[in-house]
Amino acid sequence: MIDPALTARKLTLAYDSKPIIEGLDLAIPAGKITVLVGPNGCGKSTLLKGLGRLLKPQQGFVYLDSTSIFKLPTKTVAKQLGLLPQGPTAPEGLTVRELVAQGRYPYQNWLQQWSEEDEKEVETALTITELQAFAERPVDSLSGGQRQRAWIAMTLAQNTQILLLDEPTTFLDLAHQIEVLDLLYDLNQKEGRTIVMVLHELNQACRYGDHLIAMKDGDVYAQGKPDTVMTKTLVQEVFGLECRIVDDPVAGTPLCIPVGRKVLGIV
Amino acid sequence: MERVENRVFIQSRTTLLTTGYVVGVCLLLTCLLASVALGVADIAPLDVYRALVSPDGSTEHLIIRTVRLPRSITALLVGSAVAVAGAIMQGLTRNPLADPGILGINSGAALAVVISVFLFDAASLDVYAGFALVGAAIAAVTVYGLGSLGRGGLTPLNLTIAGAALTALVSSLTTGILILSQRTLEEIRFWLAGSVAGRDIELVIQVIPYLLGGLILGLALGKQLTTLSLGDSVAKGLGQKTVWIKVLAAISVVLLAGGSVAIAGPIGFIGLIDPLFVRIWTGAAYRWNLPYSALCGAILLLLADIVARLVIQPQELPVGLVMPLLGAPLFIYLIRSRVRR
Amino acid sequence: MQKTKSSPFPWLVLRTQVLSARLDRRVPKVLLAIGMVTLAAMVWSVGQGEYPVPPLDVVRTVLGLPTATSDYGFIVNTLRLPRTLVAWGVGMALAIAGTITQGMSRNPIAAPSIIGVNAGASLAAVSLIVVFPGVPIAFLPFAAFMGALTVAVLIYLLAWNGGTSPVRLILVGVGFSLVAGALTNLMVTFGNIYDVSQALVWLIGSVYGRSWAQVLAFAPWLIVFGLFSLVLSRELNALQMGDDLARSLGSRLEWQRGLLSFSAVALAGSAVATAGGIGFVGLMAPHIARQLVGPSHEGLLPTAALTGGMVVVVADLIGRLLFAPIELPCGIITAVVGAPYFLYLLIRDRK
Repeated sequence: MIDPALTARKLTLAYDSKPIIEGLDLAIPAGKITVLVGPNGCGKSTLLKGLGRLLKPQQGFVYLDSTSIFKLPTKTVAKQLGLLPQGPTAPEGLTVRELVAQGRYPYQNWLQQWSEEDEKEVETALTITELQAFAERPVDSLSGGQRQRAWIAMTLAQNTQILLLDEPTTFLDLAHQIEVLDLLYDLNQKEGRTIVMVLHELNQACRYGDHLIAMKDGDVYAQGKPDTVMTKTLVQEVFGLECRIVDDPVAGTPLCIPVGRKVLGIV
Repeated sequence: MERVENRVFIQSRTTLLTTGYVVGVCLLLTCLLASVALGVADIAPLDVYRALVSPDGSTEHLIIRTVRLPRSITALLVGSAVAVAGAIMQGLTRNPLADPGILGINSGAALAVVISVFLFDAASLDVYAGFALVGAAIAAVTVYGLGSLGRGGLTPLNLTIAGAALTALVSSLTTGILILSQRTLEEIRFWLAGSVAGRDIELVIQVIPYLLGGLILGLALGKQLTTLSLGDSVAKGLGQKTVWIKVLAAISVVLLAGGSVAIAGPIGFIGLIDPLFVRIWTGAAYRWNLPYSALCGAILLLLADIVARLVIQPQELPVGLVMPLLGAPLFIYLIRSRVRR
Repeated sequence: MQKTKSSPFPWLVLRTQVLSARLDRRVPKVLLAIGMVTLAAMVWSVGQGEYPVPPLDVVRTVLGLPTATSDYGFIVNTLRLPRTLVAWGVGMALAIAGTITQGMSRNPIAAPSIIGVNAGASLAAVSLIVVFPGVPIAFLPFAAFMGALTVAVLIYLLAWNGGTSPVRLILVGVGFSLVAGALTNLMVTFGNIYDVSQALVWLIGSVYGRSWAQVLAFAPWLIVFGLFSLVLSRELNALQMGDDLARSLGSRLEWQRGLLSFSAVALAGSAVATAGGIGFVGLMAPHIARQLVGPSHEGLLPTAALTGGMVVVVADLIGRLLFAPIELPCGIITAVVGAPYFLYLLIRDRK
């Protein structure tokens, strides 16, 4: 495998001394879309935060290009790694352009608060996400899909090689979900950005992910290509759900079809 | 299998809480006794009993019956009343910082009393009491009115904001009057500090109906408040008439807080700290939370009053000032250990 | 090479070899408007009093030009001008402190008073007035400031638990306010009645009798920490997005919060030390400013500052006009006007 973008070694992450993840080893492949899946409470968001240096590990390390992410100055990391948390909120009245401009934070300092490069990057981000028409509108006046695009535009302006996204499609309707996922796919294909995201929807994970990581109880249960990972047994053991796996008639990727009591006729 | 375990759990929890309450009541009675017994002249418990049951006209017995007992009973009643008012308010505003002080009820009552002294030369606790009750009621109605004007109606946030704004406004007016009239300041400043000392039993008896009414109403609303704390939409979905419940809760708070201010002046802080303690023990279920708050509040105020009496003998400190001093370190400790985010 | 270009952006951009910055286009216009209102209020206020001075003469006297009638020098330049300048400066400082507090706590009803500064300063000042009445008034600001600083540091230390959080800071601040309030009340209840009256005036906030000594003592604080806060506006923008996002953007969270808190305390503490606990300015001014220029702090901070200055100057003016010749402390006016206005703002814009 090519040099991984991010590596975790013996990572232990905890909230209030209750460990969620213990002694985890993981490598995130560069230039690919990695999707974290798993049941509620399995530690996906925690892992993402740990990888994004938002959570200080009790033990273990996270390496970015073979340097521990916590040893690097935080601004340096911010230029290589961007993270979009779940359900972000913008201050009231902030316009789309102002929001996207925030993404330039790591490149600015006391003297240089708005360089030409900043301006260019913001324009580019707005163009890629097709938000130029909305640039002067307040973020909170946009629809769910547009708002999420604005947040992604912000991380784009940050111009990082790696993007971590925590449930970027939750709370969006289906059309907007696909819109966001297609955008991320474009970024990966056209610019080779590494994308790591947590998704709830298994089928979207299979369709868009190059590398799937299934988590259970704070540990990696299985990882690999969607074809290999998404099996009936895995879904049963990780999610406790009986299902059938077929080939998606549109995309050809694995499609998980849950069974459930209604189908079985059990009342 | 799980069902049986749950039932056992619930039963044991109920038993635990009931036992706890009984223990608490015993503790309360002990504090009551201590409050009557301790003071400038310490009196033996046996004498206290005799004074109550078969008074013999001695000075000691007189002190107990006319000074100590009313004072202790006042402390007990006011403590429970303010604590329950605070707990109800915290439930209504879903804000752990809510207490009658923050929602403007204490300030409203205080302003009314200050005005009564300034404009009408009021001079006795009886008259103060009347004005205080009226002031508290007006403040409560105003806060409610202002709170419901916000978009979204009577949300916790709107209520809190309205309360904070009203409190600031009213206390400035109060301070303004006190600056203008030194006479008023002189008359009223001791009352403003909040105290249970020297309360005439007649006055206490007059206010008891309000306090008891508020207490019973509040306790009866316990279950409804728990439902309300799930959120307006959920409560309405469960069939609760949320507006009615909120109004009834407000009435309860006015009776409790207004009545307390009427007797003892503005005593803040109990309503703030007491429900926080209690919640650790009982959780947020109001069926238990409210009775426990009443108990805890009574004990707290009794203890604080004992301290207020003893700490710089023979001088006395107003209990309304002693309590924040005692309670704040505890409050800060609580925050350090419990507030994570 | 200096370039000020109006791009297709709604921003004004300044770019030189070393420096680059952007500002919302509305800001200069708003600042100008507020500035003019403030100036008018200041001229009126200086002209107001037992010996009225016509506005034109006020301007002439301040500029050192000769006036038609008598010599207004003393009244204008020694008595009234410093007082108005103090009102203006204190308003600005409180407004900046309020903007920082609201931005850091992400809470629209946060005000400098909750960071315990008022409580500490009031306690120190009231203690001085009531317990040591012999001590000259000149020591008051210093004592108040030390009180503010001590309490602020204590709050920060007590709220620190492996890091700070806005919620903990607020709650500990509330706790401290209650304690300081109780102690202050203790003194109000038992102190000598004349001293207590004086203490009450200080508590509510007033610029009565402020002289050039106070202006000169206060000005450095305002200038240094005001500018410092302005430079930190970018950090405030990042903090406003939430801890996770701020960190992911590369903000050194704890460090920035510490610097900003320090700045807020310095500004609020010195303001309270100079003019007492003038309420609501720190709460109102940022909101008003936000309506005018939006939430980006590069423009918000200066706008809030000027708004705050204007509010206190106008409040002082009203306080002197309303029941002339009796003067109401400006702290009362800011509260009586501020509270309803604040409620109105919040009610109107609840989303």
